[in-house]
Amino acid sequence: MNFAAFLAELVSFIPRAVVQGIPLLYGSTGETLTEKSGNLNLGIPGVMYVGGISGVVGAFLYDQAVRGRATVDGVLDPQLYDRLLNPFLSIAIPMLSCLLGALLMGLIYCFLTVSLRANQNVTGLALTTFGVGVGNFLGGSLIKLSGSDVPSIALTKISIFFHQPLPFAANLGWFGSLFLSYGFMAYLAVAIALLVSYFLRRTRAGLHLRSVGENPATADAAGINVARYKYAATCVGSMIAGLGGLYYVMDYASGVWSNNAFGDRGWLAIALVIFTIWRPSVGVGASFLFGGLYILHMYIPTGTMLAVKELYKMAPYVVTLIVLILSSLRNKRENQPPQHLGLPYFREER
Amino acid sequence: MTRETKSREPLVHISRRGAMPWWRAWLVRAGAIALALAVCALLCILVTGTNPLDIGRTVFEASFKTSRKFWVMLHSVAILLCISLAVTPAFRMRFWNVGGEGQALMGCLASAACMILLRDSLPNWAIIVCMVLASCLAGAIWGFLPAFFKANWNTNETLFTLMMNYIATQLVAFFCVVWENPRGSGQIGIINQRAPYTQLGWLPVVGGNKYLLNVIIVGVLCVLMFLYLSFSKHGFELSVVGESENTAHYLGIKVKRVIIRTMVLSGALCGLTGLLLTGGNDHTLTTTLVGGRGFTAVMVSWLAKFNPLWMILASFLLVFLERGAGDISTNFGLNASFSDILTGIILFFIIGSEFFITYRVSFRRHGGHRKEAIAK
Repeated sequence: MNFAAFLAELVSFIPRAVVQGIPLLYGSTGETLTEKSGNLNLGIPGVMYVGGISGVVGAFLYDQAVRGRATVDGVLDPQLYDRLLNPFLSIAIPMLSCLLGALLMGLIYCFLTVSLRANQNVTGLALTTFGVGVGNFLGGSLIKLSGSDVPSIALTKISIFFHQPLPFAANLGWFGSLFLSYGFMAYLAVAIALLVSYFLRRTRAGLHLRSVGENPATADAAGINVARYKYAATCVGSMIAGLGGLYYVMDYASGVWSNNAFGDRGWLAIALVIFTIWRPSVGVGASFLFGGLYILHMYIPTGTMLAVKELYKMAPYVVTLIVLILSSLRNKRENQPPQHLGLPYFREER
Repeated sequence: MTRETKSREPLVHISRRGAMPWWRAWLVRAGAIALALAVCALLCILVTGTNPLDIGRTVFEASFKTSRKFWVMLHSVAILLCISLAVTPAFRMRFWNVGGEGQALMGCLASAACMILLRDSLPNWAIIVCMVLASCLAGAIWGFLPAFFKANWNTNETLFTLMMNYIATQLVAFFCVVWENPRGSGQIGIINQRAPYTQLGWLPVVGGNKYLLNVIIVGVLCVLMFLYLSFSKHGFELSVVGESENTAHYLGIKVKRVIIRTMVLSGALCGLTGLLLTGGNDHTLTTTLVGGRGFTAVMVSWLAKFNPLWMILASFLLVFLERGAGDISTNFGLNASFSDILTGIILFFIIGSEFFITYRVSFRRHGGHRKEAIAK
């Protein structure tokens, strides 16, 4: 392969890696914020499912309402339907319902682990079971309601508003396709990651939050309301992670929900948190790298040994494992997980 | 008293209880389960529009209607129990092994490998011996790695074992394609089903019931694990390490060795579960063969307070409800994921109920004085 062909391949590969990476970026940013408060939320895969399906439910209801209004004498008028579809509402309704669904999941987790001091691992795993169940159940029910003969719901028209690229992207050649060809939620993900990074490292509230995750007893003694910080960080973290599910359905999958399509991306997001050693700003690049690793197997020529593709799919996890091991080997204090990660806090206990 | 009138007492005061008598603790748990079932029933009624009696009967019949259903249920309980038993020693040590899924899957892979690779060269009994050894070894390696790094460099074991699950899954996916049968299907199918390899490497059928052997093996393991944890020196050592590593040091316990030894045992038992699945019942290999039981086992073990005998009850409860919820979904034309929602709700309630066993909640009395304060 000559150099020019390689570059062309790269220009087509990178945008695909980026769109794979964006849901992971949302998930890992949310989980980092959560873990900084000392909560190891293993329910993130469930939260992302619920975020996705809540957005789909919102979009579905809006779609049905518009269809109802665009139906004249029992026949759907497609042009009227297109005109009635309001761009603002098409984005706002799915987004708000996504945030609401993810918030509820975060509240369940917080109530059990912070207020009731339950074991975080067990609660998180139960939350994942529950969340994936909710996603697939509601998805399946909507598929039934919409009466389609394929096992998926298509909200194609509404999703167009989500994955509209920047208007001048098409005219700018490789630059356009590398940097400007994504829907607005991709840029939102990067913005949120940078914002969370700034919040954690540069603001007073961020400092308090980190102290809660490192040593809640000390934070408590300093007059910081531990429970409030844990609740806030976990709920906001869940909402950010939920947006990852929404991005996946409405932008990446063009508004098509099919059960279990989201796959194991939630766990990959948790892996990404370790990979970035709890730094959301590093997550921006790292998530694109992970996205690339996730689809690498489609690009590497394997010849007749198709099985090798399965081994390439292992790459993100192996890389994460190596980072986890290396960061504990080097034992630098700023690269460690929050010290109180995964442990409940009860003031009267030493 | 003067100080108390100045400072406002918070509305809710939480304090740790002394030990609750075991029957009261179980009463609280039973109450939580009853409450959870009520919520689930309500949800079922809302979704299906049938009366609660029908739903109750469906749940019960899912496990007990025919003898086949009963045995399938019993077998599911046994497999779940086996993984739960396997992860328990690690949990007693406060080593959060959420990698039971991967360890069991490696056991499946190892037994399948023996069944396929050794079928031309060894007699049946030798294949089965190899399968037992290989599956335990494969699980043990998957348990050893996180323990080794935890013991020496304090690497976070929850995240480590979680990653190992996916590496195991992809390894299995790889070998599923390598050994695919028929060619091009990407699946293995039933291993050694036809002549000339008829049932090579299949565990023997005992008493004319193909589930019985697995159930017996797990029953014996359960008793052994109970004895190991409660009465052996190893069991004592790992409990001390879990409670306080410093105390363990003072007692002269070699903490590193205990961590590694316990996780090797834990992984090996998970691997053995893989053998029971691939060699004993399913005779196949897929990436979803363990089916999330590695994660459910974490909850079973925790629900039973890491006591192997209570785990029988906990795993029965979860399997019973899961099968019931599964039948509700099929009988009333719902999506199969409905059972996951119900399982989730039940787990939330049981998880929440532990709080009321460990802690006492007292509310502020009128006037801001608590009873004890006045009594003084």
